[in-house]
Amino acid sequence: METIALITAFALILIGLFGILSNKNILKIIIGFSLFDTGLHVLIVTVGYIKGGTAPILDKVVGTSNAADKIVDPIPQALVLTAIVIGLGVTALMLAYALKLYQAKKSLNITDFKELKW
Amino acid sequence: MIRNILIIAILAGLATVFVSLFWNFGSSDTLTPLATHYANNGVEEVGAPNLVTSVIVTYRGLDTLGEVTILFLVAAIVSFFLKTENTNKEENSPKRETSEIILTASRLLMPIVMVLGIYVFVNGHLTPGGGFQGGAIVATSFVLMLMANPRFQINHRIIATVESVSGISFVFIGVLGILLAGGFLDNKILPLGTFGKLFSAGAIPIIYSLVGLKVGSELSNILSNFQGIQMKNYKQ
Repeated sequence: METIALITAFALILIGLFGILSNKNILKIIIGFSLFDTGLHVLIVTVGYIKGGTAPILDKVVGTSNAADKIVDPIPQALVLTAIVIGLGVTALMLAYALKLYQAKKSLNITDFKELKW
Repeated sequence: MIRNILIIAILAGLATVFVSLFWNFGSSDTLTPLATHYANNGVEEVGAPNLVTSVIVTYRGLDTLGEVTILFLVAAIVSFFLKTENTNKEENSPKRETSEIILTASRLLMPIVMVLGIYVFVNGHLTPGGGFQGGAIVATSFVLMLMANPRFQINHRIIATVESVSGISFVFIGVLGILLAGGFLDNKILPLGTFGKLFSAGAIPIIYSLVGLKVGSELSNILSNFQGIQMKNYKQ
């Protein structure tokens, strides 16, 4: 279970980083950042996994008495929720910035923007 | 060429780190002490069956307030970046009419999607879900509406009012927690009620509904800003 999740997380991170480094199109770079983000989220949730644990929601099966033995760690999941929202904000800002860059030069190729290059 | 070699070298380096992390990883059998405390005492202290919600809204409520603030900041910056001069919005028209399937389906689905979003954030303390998820679903119904009718204008005054009122009420409930209960954003300002019922867990349903409204209106605001830019490009 955790093996599959770990492999997925690491693969997503590597694919995202490859996309960020190898692409010239700004929109594709933003997609790379999104993939990297998703990989990190999967990784954090995996770290909070407890062997044989179930979702940290109490019901008839997981009562208040045996909760500590049956659930997975709720804290990484809460942190990932925060991380997802921040990731969404970063993506929205990058897209807005890409739009502005396109309006300035009518191009989304990152090699056309040389002002900050030295 | 050198660039490609460098990229492959960086990825290979990171991959070796990941492989060694992977071989040395084993899930633990027991919870950490903090998580054990949340699991054992969460019900008496907070009264919410969904422990993730009690961590987000009560134990780490200040985090959530910061998160909502960041989302607000993003919405503000995006609308500052993409400010459009709405001179003559009537004459511009999309290049192609929306297909009938999307038009009919969006009319049918939009209210259902919106009710689902409201259900998800009202029941955030009982079932999987919560304010952020529900707010995102509510914003999805606006996406559907924009896809069916690209000229649709979201009313900015209503959105701004909903957003500011829910944000201020969130902080106000937090301050009430200082005055009436144990501290900032303490949920015991209302009685904890019966465990597992809709009106239970103190102020959590109220706080999460406010978060849901705020997130939904902020995401719709960001969307309508991007849509405004798109309309401007049609004109050119």
